Amino acid sequence: MDSLKLYFHYLSLHLRERMEYKKSLLLGLFGQFIVSFSLFLSIYFLFRRFHAVAGFTFSQVLLSFSVVMMAFSLSEIFFRGFDLFPQMLGNGEFDRVLVRPRSPVLLVVCSKFQLDRLSRVLQGAVTLIYALPRCGVDWTPEKAAVLGLMLLCGTVVFCCLFVCGAAAAFFTIEGIEFINIFTDGAREFGAYPMAVYGKAVLTFTTFVIPIACFQYWPVVWLTGGTDDLLYALCPLFSLLFIFPALLLWKWGVRKYQSTGS
Amino acid sequence: MRPNRYKQYATLFRVRFLTGLQYRAAALAGIATQFAWGGLMVLLYRAFYAADPSAFPMPLQAACSYIWMQQAFLAVFMTWGMDASPIALIRDGGVSYELCRPVDLYWMWFTKECAYRLSKAALRCMPILLFAALLPAPYGLRIPGAAELGLFLVSGTLALFCIAALGLLIDVSTFYTLDATGVRSLLTNAADFLSGGLVPLAFLPAELGKFLTLLPFAGMENTPLMLFNGQLAGRAAAEALLLQLFWTAVLIGGGRLWMKKALRKVVAQGG
Repeated sequence: MDSLKLYFHYLSLHLRERMEYKKSLLLGLFGQFIVSFSLFLSIYFLFRRFHAVAGFTFSQVLLSFSVVMMAFSLSEIFFRGFDLFPQMLGNGEFDRVLVRPRSPVLLVVCSKFQLDRLSRVLQGAVTLIYALPRCGVDWTPEKAAVLGLMLLCGTVVFCCLFVCGAAAAFFTIEGIEFINIFTDGAREFGAYPMAVYGKAVLTFTTFVIPIACFQYWPVVWLTGGTDDLLYALCPLFSLLFIFPALLLWKWGVRKYQSTGS
Repeated sequence: MRPNRYKQYATLFRVRFLTGLQYRAAALAGIATQFAWGGLMVLLYRAFYAADPSAFPMPLQAACSYIWMQQAFLAVFMTWGMDASPIALIRDGGVSYELCRPVDLYWMWFTKECAYRLSKAALRCMPILLFAALLPAPYGLRIPGAAELGLFLVSGTLALFCIAALGLLIDVSTFYTLDATGVRSLLTNAADFLSGGLVPLAFLPAELGKFLTLLPFAGMENTPLMLFNGQLAGRAAAEALLLQLFWTAVLIGGGRLWMKKALRKVVAQGG
């Protein structure tokens, strides 16, 4: 509880700091909006030409697009501290974190919030509202719950990916660009249900990096492709990803040697 | 006697280029990312092709060539991947040292920007090109004829100049705003879409695509890649090249004028 209070204290500090530079915040919000909007535009224009891909219609793809966009941006807003972690290692700031009487994970998380990502959450929400009545789903309370689950579990999975990227920095000190294919790449390519990319990619994103678990499988259930409840509960399966991410982090902390500067 | 100007810039270029070549581990990670990125893009376009081959505006292999060339030379084409050092210099006042040098500030930064991008591309392009050339027919790189390759080289060079000129415009805007992050992310992300970085312009609706090819952004990525995959040939190719030349000249000219104006009222920050 105490940690939670501290977390929100840091969040409000950060919010007030950003509000001091309103113009910069506004431009940042707008810039982030352009990023997600141009992705939306590219999907829109491709669908004007092709109408369907791998059996999914435009609105069904938008379902996947908005869930992934919102989940990714939410985890960026609240947990992006891990993304700056390599810098923290490089300049020795992590030594200071370790001597504080708090969990290092909490302090790393609190080091950075990316509030300008809010505009992307908004864009995701607007897209979702557009897609909801058009994607051919009869919405029931259970289906709405599954949609919520997709969003929640997606956010958790992206957080875990940030943790993995940070943990990898224990071994390389430099930030590793390769993790981008799983974070930024998941945001770009996750806009389409993973089955679009073929069987191999679908298997990989189900069992290794569980991105399909919170988009393709539950979307198939939502749109009536199957009655199997297992598909609907797939997002919960993706939560297992927390364990390898935490293990990697713990292993990294144990191996940690200060860079000394 | 004045030192040889061209030699000066050649040296600047060489130094920045060689510095860029030092980051080999980063390049390796970049290559891995670009393989994965290119592969997924090819799979995506394959799925669209399977959905409706008649709606595809070019042969599948031409689209795949576009994707692989884009990944191989990403460091040149990505509008958002600009050299951040001039902005830092303006913010921390280091620009006053730069002004003491007996070199034109615009061309110095321009040379550095080009060298920065080229060195990154030089480290990364070969493995990707090799891999893509070995892929089976529709999914790999289409080996171009000598003419197409020549046109690509000319157009690619113009694209590099044009992108560098855009970067310089953003640098100069920092003289006024001091905080370039907003302008930079706004302009570069918009340019990424407008230049065909997300979707080749030929995939957009016809009128919109035609309009976008007239803007300066098309020459930053779409034109050289379409020349390479053979989709732009003959008269259209000549027109596209001339347009590229025109916009590059405009962006450079405008940037130089704007910088001259900005430097008249420059205030060095910090101490």
